[in-house]
Amino acid sequence: MTKIFISRDAGALCVGAEAVAKAFAKAAKGRGGLDVEIVRTGSRGMYWLEPLVEVETPQGRIGYGPVKAKDVSSLLDAGILEAKPHDKCIGVVDDYPWLKRQTRLTFARCGIIDPRSVKDYQAHEGYEGLKKAIEVGPEAIVETVITSGLRGRGGAGFPTGIKWRTVAQTPPQQKYIVCNADEGDSGTFADRMIMEGDPLVLIEGMTIAGIAVGATYGYIYLRSEYPHAFETLKIAIEEARKAGFLGSKLAGSKYDFDMEVRLGAGAYVCGEETSLLDSLEGKRGEVRAKPPLPAHIGLFGQPTVINNVLSLASVPIIMAKGGEFYRDFGMGKSRGTMPIQLAGNIKHGGLFETAFGISLGELVDDVGGGTFTGRPVRAVQVGGPLGAYFPRELFHTPFDYEAFAAADGLIGHGGVVVFDDTVDMAQQARFAMEFCAIESCGKCTPCRIGSARGVELVDKITAGEDREANLEVLEDLCDTMKFGSLCALGGFTPYPVMSALTHFPEDFGAQKKRLEAAE
Amino acid sequence: MSRFEPWTPERATEIIAQHQHEKGATLPILNALQEVFGCVPLEAEPLIASALNISRAEVHGTVTFYHDYRREPPGRRTLKLCLAESCQAAGGRAIEKRCKEKLGVEMGETTLDRRVTLEPVYCLGLCHSSPAAMLDHDVYGMLDEEALDALLKEAQS
Repeated sequence: MTKIFISRDAGALCVGAEAVAKAFAKAAKGRGGLDVEIVRTGSRGMYWLEPLVEVETPQGRIGYGPVKAKDVSSLLDAGILEAKPHDKCIGVVDDYPWLKRQTRLTFARCGIIDPRSVKDYQAHEGYEGLKKAIEVGPEAIVETVITSGLRGRGGAGFPTGIKWRTVAQTPPQQKYIVCNADEGDSGTFADRMIMEGDPLVLIEGMTIAGIAVGATYGYIYLRSEYPHAFETLKIAIEEARKAGFLGSKLAGSKYDFDMEVRLGAGAYVCGEETSLLDSLEGKRGEVRAKPPLPAHIGLFGQPTVINNVLSLASVPIIMAKGGEFYRDFGMGKSRGTMPIQLAGNIKHGGLFETAFGISLGELVDDVGGGTFTGRPVRAVQVGGPLGAYFPRELFHTPFDYEAFAAADGLIGHGGVVVFDDTVDMAQQARFAMEFCAIESCGKCTPCRIGSARGVELVDKITAGEDREANLEVLEDLCDTMKFGSLCALGGFTPYPVMSALTHFPEDFGAQKKRLEAAE
Repeated sequence: MSRFEPWTPERATEIIAQHQHEKGATLPILNALQEVFGCVPLEAEPLIASALNISRAEVHGTVTFYHDYRREPPGRRTLKLCLAESCQAAGGRAIEKRCKEKLGVEMGETTLDRRVTLEPVYCLGLCHSSPAAMLDHDVYGMLDEEALDALLKEAQS
């Protein structure tokens, strides 16, 4: 029996993986019942090679990609089941340079295992973290996560262990673990990949969090734009429950923990933690003023740990290998690895998990291979719609929370969107304000009103109407939004706007820089 | 043939009853109603309010807050086209323009033959393969003119 692995990740499906899988099944039947088993996995994250077909051989899994349904006959004719060559062959996938230069901790299993199988998960070191967690107990779990230096991967970068300790210290009562899976930032897809490719690592992470703080129930709040992740998560939760890893006295321990997945309804602002909690409670997703912190008064008024998918999915390996193991990766105060997502106009788009410290330039030019249009890279937006636009002059910036903050940017959820030299940065600045106006929850004035006025101002500036005066008003407005908004939506929208203005003034009608460049 | 059932208060009451005992039941109820009817009509609001023992104003506030909820059923197929930054970087604005021209509708509108409803979406998480779109629950990436035309043909068939 030869195993053929084909991804069922939405990123592979969007370029035809379903048709390829069907073509293989049909061809296997048609050729007198070839002795093959087709395993549907998540994605390795090398999306320019999707649909990627991997064949199990004694040398390891050999990859072929990108494969179209019409290529299947020629692949089988060439003898790929016997590891024979074919011009789509990329060699042993684990040795493929793009994958090999990564440090895959959180994504160790993604694209390799059958995401719906607890057995497969366990065969690849799954549930080792939970085993350790049960052994050492709540206090030691919290200490291990603090030692690891893990910071919230959703964007804010708050130390995960400190958050957990705050909830653990509240008196015993109904507490909750909430997973923020409202991955709305353009340029990001790491949460989606984990939920579709290795959902059990998230379920395990939430279970460990539950034990650590004394919470017995968890919710995954998933955005409605991810129907494939929804299906996979529901199946994985059910499988974990059947295998005894969820429910009362889970895995033979004294602990109880169960969970469910809830769908959002298309509101970007619900990725903000307090607005997410209100949405889970069945209300308008409006941002809450803090304090009180969700750790004290969170979901349904109870103490709540709310963490991003990647933060929770990083916990199992931290527990299994120790806080020090994880902490030893990275730089400065950014410890461990970051799943970086390369997107937009990029040749090699996909997931690149690496220790903090890699430079933006290396990511874009070297790892990403520049633009797929072949034109020069002009701007890069890091950290989603609320992240700053960086010009090539800032490509030396290392991927690190503090270094990006020092350059007036943010790493956010780790999305990197590449633009070529056809981009109009004034249009991008306008869009940032427009997006904020569309998605504002309306609770605070700077965001609700400022975003709409911001769109007008950019229009006036690009039309040359009272340019200098309006630029001053726009800067003033950005300042008000940055310091006066309740949450990151209004507070960070100034980042893309101001960075576009600062680094690309010629797109807003300024003459100076363009003349200098021409000389 | 529509994918959705015609609105009846009886069927709505039945759906509401299936979810009303969940904690924070409003969104699960609204999502379930939209899945069955393709929309959440105004008439659903008093039914939900009464089942959850909250005011109709609160239900109305919730329904109108979220982009997903429609008041009318969509066309036979729903095409969500991503308009966010990553897709913009990869030629999405031209794809958006072509899409609107070919279908003869603006964002949020349904074609006259009621075959396709075009909706904007701000990120499908397929940014590695931008520009991206979703037709009902099927996803499409790397949309260039040719791929878009094939997708529109599929949507209109």
